[in-house]
Amino acid sequence: MRRDRNPLLKLYALAVYAFLFAPIVILILFSFNDSKRNFIWRGFTLKWYPELFGDEALLAALGVTLQVAVIAVVATTILGTLLGLGLARLRSGAASGVADTLILLPMVTPEVVMGISLLLFFALAFSANGSIWQIAIAHIAFSISYVAIIVRARAVSLDPRMEEAARDLGAPPAAAFFHVTLPLIAPAVGAGALIAFALSFDDLIITSFNAGVGSSTLPLYIYSRIRFGVTPEINAISTIIVTVTGVLILAAMRFGARSRARTRAAEAPPASERS
Amino acid sequence: MIRDRRRDAVFLLPGLAWLVVFFAVPLAIIFVVSLGTRDQFGGVILDHLGLQNYHRALEPDFVPTVANSLRYATLTTVFSIAIAYPIAYWISRYGGRRKNLLLILVMLPFWTSWVIRTYAWMIILRDNGVVNGILGALGLTDGPIQLLNTDFSVVLGMTYGFLPFAILPLYVSIDRLDPSLVAAARDLYASGRAAFWHVTLPLTMPGVIAAALLTFIPAIGDFVTPDLLGGAQTTTIAKVIQTLFLSSKDWAFGSALAFLLIVATIVGTVGTLRILRREVIG
Repeated sequence: MRRDRNPLLKLYALAVYAFLFAPIVILILFSFNDSKRNFIWRGFTLKWYPELFGDEALLAALGVTLQVAVIAVVATTILGTLLGLGLARLRSGAASGVADTLILLPMVTPEVVMGISLLLFFALAFSANGSIWQIAIAHIAFSISYVAIIVRARAVSLDPRMEEAARDLGAPPAAAFFHVTLPLIAPAVGAGALIAFALSFDDLIITSFNAGVGSSTLPLYIYSRIRFGVTPEINAISTIIVTVTGVLILAAMRFGARSRARTRAAEAPPASERS
Repeated sequence: MIRDRRRDAVFLLPGLAWLVVFFAVPLAIIFVVSLGTRDQFGGVILDHLGLQNYHRALEPDFVPTVANSLRYATLTTVFSIAIAYPIAYWISRYGGRRKNLLLILVMLPFWTSWVIRTYAWMIILRDNGVVNGILGALGLTDGPIQLLNTDFSVVLGMTYGFLPFAILPLYVSIDRLDPSLVAAARDLYASGRAAFWHVTLPLTMPGVIAAALLTFIPAIGDFVTPDLLGGAQTTTIAKVIQTLFLSSKDWAFGSALAFLLIVATIVGTVGTLRILRREVIG
């Protein structure tokens, strides 16, 4: 059935992949370049990396970023997982429509709008102007939807008879949830948590409106530095960040793939599926 | 049944309540503040609510900013879809068992920091950057060509950033298309090109529209790319909002601009979805 390979299209596809990865590869290469002006290759060096540890503003920003990310990931994962499970149970009806809209809206609202809306909310309601908690609350608000959607995708494919069986065997609702439902959706919860971490760790626009004195995050710190030019230290810290988030996202995708594979294995008889 | 309902509420309430308090309510506050005025200390006065900030937003000296935003977002959307369609098609038709891997590779740059990816383009495009370095070394140019701080660099940076948003919906849409429909057109002596224009493209229109929305919305709200790759003199709505909130402290006027941005986004989304529905039904 399938036509033979299309070499021209394949070449084009390779070019697009090159376009997608070239800037990141160049950035990584130049972080090992032994030249302050860094537009010509002058040999391999690791000297920019140790310099990062002497930069106190950078370390402080990293500390804030990690604190915010931990708070945001814990809260987002719990709230998003519950929401995803609830949505999977609702399936249809007016309530589900309202809930769906409320979940999708944060994903289509321009980030700058979300950023200032939270700035106004905290300034007018609490006279607050930026703290680790304010940033974390903002991050939770825009990450819940992602976790909810990932968990729902897994939960709708669960066989409700699994939990019913546990209940029939005398398990109280909480025990049935923690021993049956939660283990079954665990890969999706893990994937959601990793994505929540990546979102929080990377966010710049919404954070820029909700950070205050002493609560600058790593992306904000980098942003303020690169407005004044390109430096090898920034190349080095960027390389570290790109590597860490890249590994996390690949891990999240593997979780997701395993989650789908398990779902498929649990379905009997296997549903006919398009390749 | 009733017990089940209560259980649903236990699951749904915490997350939905969070979204109402920290998403919906703050959005409503934007509208209220947009009707207020600024006091001399950079605060907001909400005594005499009126539309004065909206009048200001529609004044002629503000037109170039709006035009810039629309131009950047439109060009980004057009280029993203033009680049994304063939590769989405290739992954769907020729990806074979490696489809998932190919899609993950598309998404991977998207998940790495936005500000860092934009910064990477600064390294490449600046006067003593990679491109000018190569051109100079080859003797093709006498001095550096200005690539950074141009419309070109802004649209390039945005297209690069939002390309995955275009590839994914197009892939889904093309992958759903039954190849036998195209085969039927070919059997009826349609040329490859005719089959594409009359069968493949119309049937994947929902994907094209979804891709357009998913690139246009973030592009119009992005101030990082115009700021870093467009230079100080390039203004867009999002950049003006940022300045009004973070440095010149005119929250009321900034809120009015933000509210207009929300309205434009919602009108665009709803309008597009309506077209989409008509395409699917009719």
